[in-house]
Amino acid sequence: MKENKDKNQQEYQELQLSADEKSILDQLGIFGKSRRRFLGQSSAAGLSLMATQFIPIDKVFGQETVPSTPPVPFKNAVDVSFSINTKTQQLTVDSRMTLLDALRERLQLTGTKKGCDHGQCGACTLLVDGKRVLSCLTLAASCEGKEVTSIEGLAENSELHPMQKAFIKNDGFQCGYCTPGQICSSVALMDEAKNGDASYVTEDIMNISENLTLSDEEVRERMSGNICRCGAYPNIVAAIQEVHQGRETDYNWQES
Amino acid sequence: MRPFTYTKTEDTAQATSKLAANENAKYLAGGTNLLDLMKEDVERPDELVDIGLLDLTDIKETSTGVSLGAMAKNTETANHPLVRKNFPMLSLAILAGASGQIRNMATNGGNPNQRTRCAYFFDTAMPCNKREPGTGCGALEGQNHMHAIFGWNENCVAVHPSDMCIALAALDATVTIADGNGKTRTIPFTEYHRLPGDQPERDNNLERGELITSIEIPKNNFAKNSYYVKVRDRSSYAFALISVGAGLELQGKTIKNARIAMGGVAHKPWRAYEAEQFLKGKEATEENFEAAADAEMANAKTLEHNAFKVPLGKQAMVRALNVALSGEKV
Repeated sequence: MKENKDKNQQEYQELQLSADEKSILDQLGIFGKSRRRFLGQSSAAGLSLMATQFIPIDKVFGQETVPSTPPVPFKNAVDVSFSINTKTQQLTVDSRMTLLDALRERLQLTGTKKGCDHGQCGACTLLVDGKRVLSCLTLAASCEGKEVTSIEGLAENSELHPMQKAFIKNDGFQCGYCTPGQICSSVALMDEAKNGDASYVTEDIMNISENLTLSDEEVRERMSGNICRCGAYPNIVAAIQEVHQGRETDYNWQES
Repeated sequence: MRPFTYTKTEDTAQATSKLAANENAKYLAGGTNLLDLMKEDVERPDELVDIGLLDLTDIKETSTGVSLGAMAKNTETANHPLVRKNFPMLSLAILAGASGQIRNMATNGGNPNQRTRCAYFFDTAMPCNKREPGTGCGALEGQNHMHAIFGWNENCVAVHPSDMCIALAALDATVTIADGNGKTRTIPFTEYHRLPGDQPERDNNLERGELITSIEIPKNNFAKNSYYVKVRDRSSYAFALISVGAGLELQGKTIKNARIAMGGVAHKPWRAYEAEQFLKGKEATEENFEAAADAEMANAKTLEHNAFKVPLGKQAMVRALNVALSGEKV
């Protein structure tokens, strides 16, 4: 028995395994000769892949286990609580943290994109209390009690939002990076048209009623805060007009 | 971005006294310009006082006109029935600026306090008397096609970027300001912003700790015949090369009164008094509009890359007056 143990130890040294690697192989139940054979067939880097099954899945993908407070206390910390996609979140953030960074870095909601980070491109557009705003120019600390909706919160019960469906159907994107911002902006735009909000190109601004029907020129003007580097603009307008006016276009590539 | 402490208050007096107590503190309203400048290391406050909760959001009729609360958003202001009906030039000017998202964030009190978008002001590697007094002006002999043609000197050739302020200057608005001692004062909007003079680092006449609480616009008879023209490098979501707000009060075909202000031309919203004077009592014709614009542009002083602003300014003013007169956008 003692002899066996010594032999095993000798083999470990021979293989020059780290403690982690040793533990993975132990848990896989690979010892002695078979361990040597196994290692001969697999690369050292590949070994770590075998370990994924020992990590609880929610630590990799889940939001539930993300700590709301960072482990180390830091200067200028602000406690803030707001609702994101109908779920209340409590965070302690650096006063400098934008809403965009809070969603992406702290809440693992990476659907909202960081484009220019200076309020010039619209990629970070989301809805705060139902209005479209730029999350890159919003401090997380200023969001106390607000209701935030991001692209992840538009679908209901795994049914896509009509605007999401229309963007897919009308091919309203190419690389897709500006798309979450475009869609959030478009969703807010539908409400703005219903409310009778004007734009710079609206005719007869003194006498506007509710439930505006927006021309393509109106849609382009009202969406000008969302830049698309791929130039998918005609298809984006088509997608919006399908939801807004029920207008079918040639851009539609899907059988409906 | 440099570290800062963040506090918020629902009390105007508390906000102003915080700012009076710390010269490195700043108010945070919509944040659309301030946070951008902090990321660029141009603005370096060590304290932000969030005034988003101040009870200054009313837009209401008063005995003399309409009062716009400082914390009302630009979108609400542009779409408020009182503003649309009485001051459509202001609605159009606000809607010509920025994007839907930014107008939803930006406030009436914050808009006049936004800083210039001069690229030399934004670039901390460049000299800029506005950012760092005494270092010189990078734009004076640099890329200055966006820069001033009125009221500038060698200290600063930057322009004020606001559209909303152009309409407010044209419409004889006044600004109500609270200080840190619980007192208020009211000044004409045209005296709120400054020309660069020998203190280009000062954009306006707001003293330390002071806060705009509201903007008042007096009743007028320009609503029916007014317009706001904005010319830019692209058709939307860009700062003005030239903008013109114009309003006419007509008696038959005669111009009883005219109100004209220009954007993209000076360190402050530029009220076109020469053109207004010329038009007063004259017939509303294109010839007179052109002559009025010539009278205004005669005082222009151009830089290496912005001489185009003189003919463009004239044409934009004539167009604004034509549309104001006929209601036909051409």
